Amino acid sequence: MGEIEQMKKEAEALKTQIEAARKAVHDTDMASAASGVAPAPRVQLKTRRTLKGHLAKIYAMHWSTDNRLMVSASQDGKLLIWDSHSGNKVNAVPLKSSWVMTCAYAPSGNLVASGGLDNMCTVYNLKTPVIKTVKELDAHTGYLSCARFLSDTEVLTASGDTTCALWDLETGKQKTVFLNHVGDCMCLSLSPDMNSFVSGACDSLAKLWDIRDGQCKQTFLGHTSDINAISFYPGGNAIITGSDDCTCKMYDLRADQEVISYQDAALNSGVTSLALSMSGRLIFAGYDDFNCNIWDSLKGEKVGVLSGHDNRVSCTGVPPDGMCVCTGSWDSFLKIWN
Amino acid sequence: MARDMSDKDILKMELEQLQKEVKNTREPVSKTAKEICEWVEAQSAEDPLIKGVPEDKNPFKEKGGCIIT
Repeated sequence: MGEIEQMKKEAEALKTQIEAARKAVHDTDMASAASGVAPAPRVQLKTRRTLKGHLAKIYAMHWSTDNRLMVSASQDGKLLIWDSHSGNKVNAVPLKSSWVMTCAYAPSGNLVASGGLDNMCTVYNLKTPVIKTVKELDAHTGYLSCARFLSDTEVLTASGDTTCALWDLETGKQKTVFLNHVGDCMCLSLSPDMNSFVSGACDSLAKLWDIRDGQCKQTFLGHTSDINAISFYPGGNAIITGSDDCTCKMYDLRADQEVISYQDAALNSGVTSLALSMSGRLIFAGYDDFNCNIWDSLKGEKVGVLSGHDNRVSCTGVPPDGMCVCTGSWDSFLKIWN
Repeated sequence: MARDMSDKDILKMELEQLQKEVKNTREPVSKTAKEICEWVEAQSAEDPLIKGVPEDKNPFKEKGGCIIT
């Protein structure tokens, strides 16, 4: 038997073994385990702010840790920093490349980052008298789909080149490259304890990585198309994913498998983005059909919908204090709801 | 970078990953799901989007209109 055939045979055997091990601990699922939990109330949120200022599709937004400021990115070639309380624009950062796909706010509030089809992650200092470019992180060989700051000195990126990377902002170099996906990486989410992160990719897999040793620890199967959105559950023991297969899923990290799927026969639009309420009970998932559906994460039921955008909801975010949810859309507006 | 890899190298990478993951311990869903439910239920009481935000404490409440006299 050729070497390749031998490897394929071994891989199939291991996959079968892993599937059996997962089945062996699958003595219930989340919806059944949550049968005793009181249903979440019907969620009716009102639009409190409509933030107008971008001139083209909004692709990403991210809250600052101060629960008030947020950054948004649009293919009009700008990052806008908003004061969500007043609704005013605080800053505008012109981008060298307008093909932006992601933006991020550093936990300190000092820096923001953006990136996209330029394959780079550009970091800007908001605190200098004039906003300055601090670093251009240039080593990915594919588009930048997601960036997140660990601190003012480290950034994590996900790329269409199938890798994720940890960068040192002082040197501008990659410290660690996370290679294991075989499709474009589309999203990433940091664990609450900051020791690990999860990534979702076009190979329809989600992977859990150890930031310090660079290793992929777990791989989650189940989706049948690109995973566009991913988030750690607030307790750190589960992750939620959103996919082009029109479903969201919860994967339990300790049971190493899918424990519930959020789907509806009437829904046939892909999930573009997702955010969790502070307790994790509510999932706000943005879809291609212009809506944001609200799911009860424990019972798997749809408990509300945010309608109001005139085009695809491309990004969603809940600030750390959980006081509202923000949706951003290809209609060029951001809305704040609570 | 998986794009630059030969089919054989990709297969080798997948095989090595499976060899690692087959050794992972897995806990029963009945235990792990229950703990997730308990954690979430405890936190839900204080979750502003579930319990609602009182008008006077809502930083996003609609701003008052102006009265021109």
